[in-house]
Amino acid sequence: MIIKQLSVFLENRTGRLTELTGILAENDINISAFSIADTADYGILRMIVGRPEPAAEILRKQGFAVKITDVIGMIIPHSPGSLHKALELLSSNNVAIDYMYAFASGECKATVVIRAESLQKIIDVLMEHKMELLQEGDVYQV
Amino acid sequence: MIWNKQYECMEREALQKLQGERVKSMVKRVYDTVPFYRKKLQEEGIEPGDINTIDDLKKLPFTTKQDLRDNYPFGLFTLPQTDIVRLHASSGTTGKSTVVGYSHNDIQMWSEVVARSLTMAGVTNSDIIQIAYGYGLFTGGLGLHYGAEKVGASVIPISGGNTKKQLQLMEDFGSTVLACTPSYAAYLGEALAEEKIDRRNIKLKAGVFGAEPWTEGMRAQIEQLLGIKAYDIYGLSEIIGPGVSMECHCQKGMHVFEDHFIPEIINPDTGVVLPYGELGELVFTPATKEAMPLIRYRTRDLTRLHAEKCDCGRTLVRMEKCVGRSDDMLIIRGVNVFPSQVEAVLLEMSETKPHYLLVVDRENNLDTVEIQVEINEQFFSDEVKELEALRQRIRANISSTLGISATIRLVEHGTIERSMGKAQRVVDKRKLQ
Repeated sequence: MIIKQLSVFLENRTGRLTELTGILAENDINISAFSIADTADYGILRMIVGRPEPAAEILRKQGFAVKITDVIGMIIPHSPGSLHKALELLSSNNVAIDYMYAFASGECKATVVIRAESLQKIIDVLMEHKMELLQEGDVYQV
Repeated sequence: MIWNKQYECMEREALQKLQGERVKSMVKRVYDTVPFYRKKLQEEGIEPGDINTIDDLKKLPFTTKQDLRDNYPFGLFTLPQTDIVRLHASSGTTGKSTVVGYSHNDIQMWSEVVARSLTMAGVTNSDIIQIAYGYGLFTGGLGLHYGAEKVGASVIPISGGNTKKQLQLMEDFGSTVLACTPSYAAYLGEALAEEKIDRRNIKLKAGVFGAEPWTEGMRAQIEQLLGIKAYDIYGLSEIIGPGVSMECHCQKGMHVFEDHFIPEIINPDTGVVLPYGELGELVFTPATKEAMPLIRYRTRDLTRLHAEKCDCGRTLVRMEKCVGRSDDMLIIRGVNVFPSQVEAVLLEMSETKPHYLLVVDRENNLDTVEIQVEINEQFFSDEVKELEALRQRIRANISSTLGISATIRLVEHGTIERSMGKAQRVVDKRKLQ
């Protein structure tokens, strides 16, 4: 249930992101989701990719600072109010979220990627409420 | 006008004879009273009796800033504490401060050379001089202050900062002379324009600026903004503070007060004395100082000396504006900064040796420093708040160790150019002006 997320430090420089996506494309790494947290000088690129470990190695060899972080993918219905409901559930259980980003896959489902201190707690809460979680097999390339 | 014709216009032969006598007696004095120098001279096989004329000066070993640090705080004093009337010290950015003690006579001599300097800028007892150099351990404020009093000018000891008040007093008191760092002078000039103060109410005619490197372009700007003639003054606390040398109205270099501070230019690598006109490291022997004379102190400043008689009538040699340093020290807003200190700060914060680049620039006449630090995986967190906290931590450590505030820019690993030889750690864009 824990998904490996790639985080990459990116300077705010024209073409830098393109260089990175180029490297991933050349190495046949699929990107399922990504977000960029940006500041004036730099950004942190967070990605869910098909093959996280080899992707990290490849990027490291190209000089990128890369980190692999555990996250979970909470699956919710792609419909009004679902995100609110899910978040309410987490907050009422005192779960503090560090960051998150989401992607809607297809017409009926959306996935929210969540990073938090106690991922297991989130998993427990979500499971208890019979909510769906992204499985490694859903995103990883074989 | 010349404050002290006897010494400022002395024939070279007579001056050299005087210098020889002064060095001779100073060497004997330090040999007798400072164990550090006695040992050093003995190691070189030199006895005070070997030093008789100014030509013998080059036989003597050099003194470095490190020697001052090693003898912190009072190890190089030739007088007991009862005869020390003033202590000044550097900010101690590289660890230990360098401490300089002054006797009563030293303060008199210092006042004398500053009086000579101010006279070069046309200051008389009819002037009102606003001293906006910092007062305190830094030599700028008090150094100028005593000299200005000796000239008989009315002193406004306002010290640095508090720009609004500076302008107000300038207007209300009718200050005619301003003394401060050139960057602050330019800042005051701009503030003056912004405050929409009627220039007819400002009576400034001259400025005495030093303590940091500045360009001719900046001089023109200050002169235009403040409507004054801007004079360059040079000094360093190890020798006396401001008043080691000063520009006369001819503005063709700064006259060194050679009867007190004997200048030499050496090849910084070999230590060989270079003839007038050649570029090299400036070395001073402040032979008349009582409390803490030094033998051939290496300033690390690179410049040239010119001995041709000046149109102003003074025979004292002139030194050009310093063109750089023989070490890698930077002077940023009057603070001495060594890139190695930045490295030390960064090293303390991480296991690995970080790559960094100091980018120094000047915006609105104030020095700015950006330190680019490469992020390696050890540093890297995937959370902005962590990286920002790291940035703040670097900033705070730089500020507390070096005494300057810098912008910290986190850059990608490999961004900073690696070189095969000596690493390029500094980009000083100020020189491009």
